[in-house]
Amino acid sequence: MSRRSPLGRVRGYGSAKEGVGHWWVQRLTSVALIILGCWFVVSLLALPGLEHSTVVAWMRNGWTTVALILLVAVGAWHSELGVRVVVEDYVHEVGVKTLTLALVSFAHVALAAAGIFAVLRVSFGSAP
Amino acid sequence: MRASQSGGRAVPERPLSPHLTIYRMSRYSLLSSISNRAAGLLLALGQLLLVYFLLAAASGGRTYERAAAVLASAPLKVCYALLLAAFAYHLIAGVRHLIWDAGYGLERRESRVSAAWVASVALLLAAGLIGWAFLAGAAAR
Repeated sequence: MSRRSPLGRVRGYGSAKEGVGHWWVQRLTSVALIILGCWFVVSLLALPGLEHSTVVAWMRNGWTTVALILLVAVGAWHSELGVRVVVEDYVHEVGVKTLTLALVSFAHVALAAAGIFAVLRVSFGSAP
Repeated sequence: MRASQSGGRAVPERPLSPHLTIYRMSRYSLLSSISNRAAGLLLALGQLLLVYFLLAAASGGRTYERAAAVLASAPLKVCYALLLAAFAYHLIAGVRHLIWDAGYGLERRESRVSAAWVASVALLLAAGLIGWAFLAGAAAR
């Protein structure tokens, strides 16, 4: 049986050096989303109309394609981190919490994949 | 140390950081924090609409027309107004958080002043965006 104190054991293990990872990525993605979010809202509202041909022409523009992919990916990432914290704060039962967090992660990745697929499909002209 | 029973095992009662159910919500600075969270959650749901819109555009003209009819329905128009307001608020309140993270404006008085600034600027921005969307933007045509 070890005679080390709990504190000594923790110190012995050392930190995993990932303590601020979540915090830092949340900030990085937020800075990216200031630009991407403003671009998206302005760009969409400035469209001359929302008919299919107009929207497709807009999405096929190279800059729009890249920006939309970034918006969907970085948006989902930032959102996953944010929703995760809310779940961690308000869901206390361990099993329910783990399950909810897993669902939150899956849902965000699936949503991002679907969004990026849609943008690429339009951009490469393979949409029907 | 006090302990509470959980799952048959004594768990020490550790201090919790404050959250919604124990905060005193009388101060605007606290309200601004929870509003930022609420706005963020709204935007998280808004991603569903964004991806639905993108998928519709990728599914051909006829499918898009059907989706566009759904997206142009009255309840969803209310959603767009809410989402634009949430975007405006989350954007401005988020910038306030970044300024805090840089180490500025953390004093209690400063944070009360900045909360008022955030509310005013976000309100103006939200009004501007909603006005643009419904009176002059593409959706209005």
